[in-house]
Amino acid sequence: MANRIPRVPVREQDPKVRARNFEEVCYGYNLEEAMLEASRCLHCKNPRCVQGCPVNIQIPDFIERVAAGDIPGAAAIIARDSSLPAVCGRVCPQETQCEGQCVLGVKFEPVAIGKLERFVADNSFADEACSAGSSASPHPTTGLAGGPPASGPRAARPCGANPSAQESTVSDKAGELPAKQARRAVAVIGSGPAGLACASDLAKWGYDVTIFEALHKPGGVLEYGIPEFRLPKEKVLKKEIDEVRALGVKIECDVIVGRTVTIDGLLDNEGFDAVFVGTGAGLPKFMGIPGENYNGVFSANEFLTRSNLMKAYRDDYLTPIRAGERVCVVGGGNVAMDAARTALRLGAHTSIVYRRTEVELPARKEEVHHAREEGIEFLMLTNPVEVLGDEKGRVRALKCIRMELGEPDESGRRSPVPIPGSEFEVPADTVIMALGTAPNPLIARTTAGLETTRRGGLVADEAGATTRPGIFAGGDAVTGAATVILAMGAGRKAAAAIHEYLKNKN
Amino acid sequence: MFKILEKRMLNPTICKMVVEAPRIARAALPGQFLIVRSDEKGERIPLTISDFDREAGTVTIVVQPIGLSTRKMVDDYKEGDSFADLAGPLGNPSDFVSMSPEELAGKRYVFIGGGLGTAPVYPQAKWLHERGVAVDVIVGARNKDLIIYEDEFRGACDNLYICTDDGSQGFKGVGTAQLEALVAEGKSYTNAVAIGPMIMMKFATLSCKKLGIPIMVSMNTLMVDGTGMCGACRLSVDGKTKFACVDGPEFDGTLVDFDEAMRRNAQYKEEEALANGK
Repeated sequence: MANRIPRVPVREQDPKVRARNFEEVCYGYNLEEAMLEASRCLHCKNPRCVQGCPVNIQIPDFIERVAAGDIPGAAAIIARDSSLPAVCGRVCPQETQCEGQCVLGVKFEPVAIGKLERFVADNSFADEACSAGSSASPHPTTGLAGGPPASGPRAARPCGANPSAQESTVSDKAGELPAKQARRAVAVIGSGPAGLACASDLAKWGYDVTIFEALHKPGGVLEYGIPEFRLPKEKVLKKEIDEVRALGVKIECDVIVGRTVTIDGLLDNEGFDAVFVGTGAGLPKFMGIPGENYNGVFSANEFLTRSNLMKAYRDDYLTPIRAGERVCVVGGGNVAMDAARTALRLGAHTSIVYRRTEVELPARKEEVHHAREEGIEFLMLTNPVEVLGDEKGRVRALKCIRMELGEPDESGRRSPVPIPGSEFEVPADTVIMALGTAPNPLIARTTAGLETTRRGGLVADEAGATTRPGIFAGGDAVTGAATVILAMGAGRKAAAAIHEYLKNKN
Repeated sequence: MFKILEKRMLNPTICKMVVEAPRIARAALPGQFLIVRSDEKGERIPLTISDFDREAGTVTIVVQPIGLSTRKMVDDYKEGDSFADLAGPLGNPSDFVSMSPEELAGKRYVFIGGGLGTAPVYPQAKWLHERGVAVDVIVGARNKDLIIYEDEFRGACDNLYICTDDGSQGFKGVGTAQLEALVAEGKSYTNAVAIGPMIMMKFATLSCKKLGIPIMVSMNTLMVDGTGMCGACRLSVDGKTKFACVDGPEFDGTLVDFDEAMRRNAQYKEEEALANGK
């Protein structure tokens, strides 16, 4: 019986060693391990895992290919629905998505879908993939009405192909669109998960796609937010973005839409026929407690951007970063875990300060587990009330109050209530606020007719259409901070809507 | 890549560069800044835009070595070299840019520029002067060798007042003392703008408060991204936390908590000293 095989454990760096370096924590499966794990899949008639996936990857199909040792075949199946599998295999909250739906998980442990996806993706990059073609049958049933044709390097990479050769193959594909439509140009604003997913699908259809990125490197939160030890930049992210470029997508960095150019400028003067806004949720939130502007209080965005995008953790880069001796990270999401584990690696004794209990921590289970293994201290049912400083205005402690759980709030979680008189001080020289982020208002402010919600997100329908024809949006820019995979799903839906829009546009 | 077309030392430490950046040149307005990153391993440095030429597609920046990255920009880059990144224009344009001709008609502006901050006064004064608004400019430095932009200002304002700490050129004393002297002589201004070191802007604000002149200051805080993402640039304005990059960089000087801003700007002083010693 397949389900008698226990879930194949994945090899990881020793916690004591990795707490002092920025190398990736998880080594991933090798072929033997992947094939064994893949053999556990029951191939349900009605695969709930697929429904649990925001981009509807045909999970049992790709797992079947892995079990047979056909990695290019598996890659081709994933590529129909996801342009960032090496990223998603690493950062998706599988336990609440595909793996959370796995029937095996009811009695045993679910199939390690994320680890298998990662294995397939890592072994199908241009410089690594080399196999005698794929045996996957081309029958995209993406669940998304009218997905783009399966194309692109991963979908059809001949052995030993170089990217430039691929590009010409892809541009030939433009023939799938009527000539007039194929010449249509789409501007994608933001090169994070939503933008990359949207751009990939549009390019596969044959559109002329340009991504505009405000920072000096593409990737959005994948570049500036998620640390190296969880998502290696050169080894994984850069290659994944190269795959998107190989589809014919152009990426122009250092362009802040709303400042350098406006959306109307792109539409009126630069020949774009439609725009997708995938600008994410980049504005950090602070608590509004006294002492928050003392030296040593940072937003998680600043701390992580310094370390990830600006590589401050490396001696050969110039950007300074200071973790100090004792760091308190306020918050309980993935960003809080990332900031805490970064501070730990920079040499600080690090605590997570969270107002609810460990059960309510919104971070991925694996991140909490890894953080704990590495020696992060968890101060639960604890809420900061003031940052205390010394005479020079530097942080010396975080004054907190103990909490208890009361009635459930609108999110269904029991809301924390302070216990009167329970204030205490946690010594700290650095405090990092990881309280969530809000969408940047720049685009909405500089584009007439784009409406926003009370929370600052762009108003968009299910398909991504905003309140202005020809302008679409998706991901955190619409929903506020969520996950990589939800943003990708929104980017794909918007791509389909843009495709429809351009079909009917004169 | 962004090519350096012109490089000139304005005084022994301040360097002016004209850089090819067509998109920024097309969009820039007085008061805005940009972020420059010289190479792959450099920091993102915010610099106020000191001039722009829409036809030529160039922007002018003025740099003074403070940290390692700015030193590299000045020492290692020559005409014909390129910076890896130039992003902008960032921040809001000066408030007068959005005023109607009627609103501008009755204005009499005085600008106080100190040190490096003298250069970004130039596009503002020029903009107003071209529109017929009365503009006086006060430029201050320690001595006459350190005065910058003198020739440029001659054509961009009604009266230029040079002042030096040692009296080697023009008025002997700081810019704010010059302003107070001018007002005492009977000059009157409806608006003041001060750009320079924070301590100078703090004192300019105190003077203007005393003289009853509304004053705007340009807050040159620490920044990483410059687009509102990191919050490194936050400062207290009228008791509320603002981000210099997206809410500013110009604020009503009388509402700015300068002491906090100066303290925050020294946040990485130790790291900087270490890096400079490397």
